[in-house]
Amino acid sequence: MELVVHFRAAVALLGRFPALAGIDLDVARGQIVLLRGPNGAGKTTLLRACAGLVPVVSGDAVVLGFDLCQDPRPVRSRVGLLAHSTGLYDDLTADENVRFWGRACRASRAEIDAALAVVGLDGTLGKVPVRRLSAGQRRRTSLACLLARRPELWLLDEPHAGLDRDTRDQLDGLVRQAAKQGATVLFSSHELDRAEALADRTVELIGGVAGLTADPDPSPSREAAGVA
Amino acid sequence: MWRDIALVAERDLRIELRSRVTANQVAPFAVLILLLFAFALDPDRGILEKATPGLYWVAVLLAGVLAINRSAALDDADGTRDALRLSGLEPPAVFLGKVAAVAAELLALEILLAVGVAVLYDAELSGFGLLAATLVAATVAIAAAGTLYGALVGGLRARDTLLPVLLLPVLAPVLIGATRAFESALGTTVTAGWAWCGLVGGFAVVYLVAGSLAYGALLEDS
Amino acid sequence: MTDRSPDLDADVDVDTTAPDHTGSPATRVLGLAALATLVLWALYGLVWSPPDVNQSDAVRLFYVHVPSAILAYTGCFLTAFASGMWLRRRSRGWDALAAASAELGLVFVTITLVTGSLWGNVTWGTFWTWDARLTSTALLAVMLVGYLALRRVEISPAGSARAAVMGLLLVPNVIIVNRSVEWWRSLHQTSTLMKLEPSIEGEMLTAFAVGMLAGALVFAWLLIHRFRVAWLEQQVEQHDLEAAVAARRAEAGVPQTTKTTEAQPV
Repeated sequence: MELVVHFRAAVALLGRFPALAGIDLDVARGQIVLLRGPNGAGKTTLLRACAGLVPVVSGDAVVLGFDLCQDPRPVRSRVGLLAHSTGLYDDLTADENVRFWGRACRASRAEIDAALAVVGLDGTLGKVPVRRLSAGQRRRTSLACLLARRPELWLLDEPHAGLDRDTRDQLDGLVRQAAKQGATVLFSSHELDRAEALADRTVELIGGVAGLTADPDPSPSREAAGVA
Repeated sequence: MWRDIALVAERDLRIELRSRVTANQVAPFAVLILLLFAFALDPDRGILEKATPGLYWVAVLLAGVLAINRSAALDDADGTRDALRLSGLEPPAVFLGKVAAVAAELLALEILLAVGVAVLYDAELSGFGLLAATLVAATVAIAAAGTLYGALVGGLRARDTLLPVLLLPVLAPVLIGATRAFESALGTTVTAGWAWCGLVGGFAVVYLVAGSLAYGALLEDS
Repeated sequence: MTDRSPDLDADVDVDTTAPDHTGSPATRVLGLAALATLVLWALYGLVWSPPDVNQSDAVRLFYVHVPSAILAYTGCFLTAFASGMWLRRRSRGWDALAAASAELGLVFVTITLVTGSLWGNVTWGTFWTWDARLTSTALLAVMLVGYLALRRVEISPAGSARAAVMGLLLVPNVIIVNRSVEWWRSLHQTSTLMKLEPSIEGEMLTAFAVGMLAGALVFAWLLIHRFRVAWLEQQVEQHDLEAAVAARRAEAGVPQTTKTTEAQPV
């Protein structure tokens, strides 16, 4: 079983604060894993650490075969992060934003067009400056940027927040489809019913710590269905 | 690499065209500085004509700091710094792209100010070769140093006030050199104008290199 | 694990009994030597060396002014060097050194400017001459102030790339500024401090040399102490960090272990 994410006693700092105080986590390829925990537990930091944006100062942290303690930069182009912030330029249109970020990570024109089409931004809505879009529409734009990258590891930070039900359903569909195609998904959510229905397994995060007390086992039936 | 530079430059310029900050806010500010100098130095006493090169470059520097602040602010927007780090764009390419965009804006500003100076201070322009060369060299110098220091203070709460304090002393040689070159071109003093222009050009090269090397480390440190 | 930021695995002996001073046998010797040379310098400077033919007693300011200038630039170059080393090694020691020497550089720059200005006042009646050295030193002062302002805004336990890049850039900045200002001022034949610098010989040379030595010793002494204070500050932060990790784990209900490294699931 190929491990896409492997953390042992990982500690990561935000400034001087140990946002992650000891993470044990193993995620296999094709799994959809839910991160659960109270606010301030470190879910966002864990997702960002997997993206190579937050330095891991102690312990083991290997993502997609890259050692994060040594150099987190190579992993960045292989992951897709959907964060709280939009990562978009307000003055540009949704279309221009996705094209810029797509071309920045070497996506082809076809891939960019497809990404825009999937989220419904290939029409007139795509020509509107981001500052005039609603929060849900901005989230869809950010999602299009992620889709254009075709990442091996999806990192979604509360992706359902602010989306209407149809869009949430669409997002869930995209996640399942990506997992079937071999991508791995790590996401956090407070929408527990929907999230648990989507996820193969759940990891509890409290006080920057995960897995040191209990070892959550993947549910056998889900895993068999989830891995390509 | 060149592709990425063009990509970033196009992004910055497109945002500027869309939001028109430089056109609507920085340019009027620059012209305003020229007017303020006239109020302070009394046009009838002949000081303005003699001091034109220096006043011109001071106006360019002050307005330039605003333009550079704006350029740095683009990358502070809602999570775009993270997205930039994730994108796989090489930091030197991002740096040079931003320099290109800011340089284009500065050039437009400088031409506007040149017209302003010709009209308001009744300056007679001559020595166009030296003037043009100095303009280009100084523009690149200001853009390169400005983008580097803009990244240095980018993301900090005190960015707006720190940037002038850090950048202007560094740009002092550009002010000195460009002014002397202009004075030589306009014939107000006899001095080695091209040598001064060369100094400014050297400065530009130093900062293009320094910025390309340092930008990566600065992007990480947020 | 590379030797970067707070290395929690390292055998860092965090001295929980805090020292109440940063002195040591070495610094005491150094301090006494500095004090002795300072006294010697004062004697030479004020009493034993003869007044200059042209400037009489005003020349005594030189014994302070020139060594201060040299030390100010030394501090600046040291900051740049330490910043460069930090960028390569990322260890806190280099960051502490950069901060310490920048502060000292600023102190000596101020002394340089004040003495230069006083000298100008005594000789020509104006407090400021746009002399090349004075002008570029003034710019150095502004740059150091900016550097320290940046450090104040950007606080991080193991140093920051921003401060390091700016520190490193101080050297090319200073060189370029110096060259251009000197060239600029040489166009105008105004009297400069350097032109009027007396040809020093005999006892004046001795006074000058003693001044240099005294200044260097004082600089070194201050630098060591300031560096140690910064080092201790970082030790405290390291200690706090380990406490914070432990507290966070307690909050999570993880069974406590003595060392953070041993927190492996069995």
